[in-house]
Amino acid sequence: MEQKRIFSFSAFPYRQKITIDGFYFGDTSRKTVAVVGATRGDEYQQVLISGLLIKRLKQLEAEGLLSSSSGIVVIPSASQFSMNVGKRFFPVDNTDINRMFPGYDKGETTQRLADGVFKAVKDYKYGIQMASFYLHGKFVPHVRTMYTDYQDNSIASDFGLPYFVIRHPQPIDTTTLNYNWQIFGSTAFSLYSGFNTTIDMPAAQQAVEAIIRFLVKRGVLSSRTPITEGEKTITLQDTSLKKVISAAGGFFFPIAQLGQQVRKGDLLGRIINPVTAESSEEIYAGSDGILFFTCSDIAVSEHTAVFGIADTSSI
Amino acid sequence: MNIRDVVRVHLPIGEDLAIQKNRIIGNAPGKKRICIITGTHGDELEGQYVAWSLARILNERLDDLHGIVDIYPSLNPLGISTIERGLPGFDLDMNRIFPGSDEFSANEYVAGKIVEDIKGADLSIDIHASNIFLRELPQIRINEKTADTLVPMAKDLNMDLIWIHSAATVLESTLAWSLNSIGTPCLVVEMGVGMRISKEYGDRLTTGILTKMAKMGILDGPVMPVFPPIISTDGYVDYINANQSGIFMPEATHGSMVEKGQVVGIVADPLTGHVREKLRSPMNGLLFTLREYPVVYSGSLIARVLGGAL
Repeated sequence: MEQKRIFSFSAFPYRQKITIDGFYFGDTSRKTVAVVGATRGDEYQQVLISGLLIKRLKQLEAEGLLSSSSGIVVIPSASQFSMNVGKRFFPVDNTDINRMFPGYDKGETTQRLADGVFKAVKDYKYGIQMASFYLHGKFVPHVRTMYTDYQDNSIASDFGLPYFVIRHPQPIDTTTLNYNWQIFGSTAFSLYSGFNTTIDMPAAQQAVEAIIRFLVKRGVLSSRTPITEGEKTITLQDTSLKKVISAAGGFFFPIAQLGQQVRKGDLLGRIINPVTAESSEEIYAGSDGILFFTCSDIAVSEHTAVFGIADTSSI
Repeated sequence: MNIRDVVRVHLPIGEDLAIQKNRIIGNAPGKKRICIITGTHGDELEGQYVAWSLARILNERLDDLHGIVDIYPSLNPLGISTIERGLPGFDLDMNRIFPGSDEFSANEYVAGKIVEDIKGADLSIDIHASNIFLRELPQIRINEKTADTLVPMAKDLNMDLIWIHSAATVLESTLAWSLNSIGTPCLVVEMGVGMRISKEYGDRLTTGILTKMAKMGILDGPVMPVFPPIISTDGYVDYINANQSGIFMPEATHGSMVEKGQVVGIVADPLTGHVREKLRSPMNGLLFTLREYPVVYSGSLIARVLGGAL
């Protein structure tokens, strides 16, 4: 393993330099797999997954299980500046690095950061990002990609995660890392695991296992690498994820468990009036499926997407 | 006084998020409708003055008014009231979630109702105020894809500049794009600076809006003379970005003409007393954007200069 500085720029007079490091494995002249961890300051889970992956790859490389014709880079964090001050986005102007790709080296600060990251990870055959969603909540662990006409759906099952979601991009998605990876020729996946701002160690270990499994299936790691058998992957279009919208504002109490099979009419959760403690709304499933997303906010407004149900009926 | 809800959503505890508009209906005959919209970003306050000023004037001139003026003073009242640029508790910039949808969460739902409400207007004007970092000369920004339709409409608004900028996919989620794409003309005004009100600019835009209304046949009465704007494309705009981090101190005046090589400002290091960087104009031209907030990082936008034949 080799640790290299891939990006740094001028330090503010009373702060240290902003730096981004990459951890390289195998033949560094080969661009096989790039992994990017946190791009936001509250993505603790995503940094941890990257750290655990680096630890595991060091071990596997030392054991001679890494293909000599492959090169891997892992960038655990592009957001240390934000993480150190407890902000999700770039603290100065609140811009989101993951809305700045492919970046611009003569542009604004986060465009330059994105450019630094992108130059280090583009041209890799496969790109894997530890992602987080713009709505507050937890998903069933899954791998996801943007529909771009360039994506390769056939190998998503190599992660062995239970679900693969194909997202049809909105205009704002065109500046994400996943989208730009694909436009520039890489096969890109985003892994969703656990919450932000907290650590879910079993989910982190599951994500690392999924990446190792992918690397073995793709021939980057030897078939002698010990891996657990993954799950059968169900492919879902994002249009088959049905949101359950609250009709009341108040305190939200989920009842149904993430990953649970639900039937239309099942009670999923309640909204309580915070002042009277009376129930304002009982929230029921509008369709059959798997409970795929649960909002993590306690205080919710009317018309909040409090649950997402994956319609698996057509599969 | 005719204050109406555009959309109302219950917040968690004892309050509603209400997007409101002031509908001013003239006493004179006419069916045209013009919408004045502002407050998408909670730190941009220049439009507050224009909304207030325009409502005051029109309330006194109802007999001259043909048709309807809808004034939307705040699309993001939670942001304005909490001194927050974005939608509190939400990751995405409000001006990146249009046209919104009933099928998404609360903020996208609100965005959808706003578009629905403005749809069909003869003209809409979306007033922005840069941000807290940059001060802008009064200008109208128009996507090149809509320039043929919108540039003639923008000339009467009494602004210094019409900037026709290139199209980018990500901008297709703005309010202006969403409205223009459904055939409701929308002009985007940028002027002044965040968290402040520049009365002179607000008065100029108010005059421009009244002039435009007169030319559209919505308002009777004398037409005030307005400045003819400079019309430019990206090709004549150059950017100055900091390459060092520190404290920016301007040496040129906002709105002045600068020469190629002229020092626009410096990046200072208060810890050592050194000048880390001198930032120079890349060409002769008008300094129409200038850094207002002194803290800068490598990459921070310092200024924009408009060149070409001015």
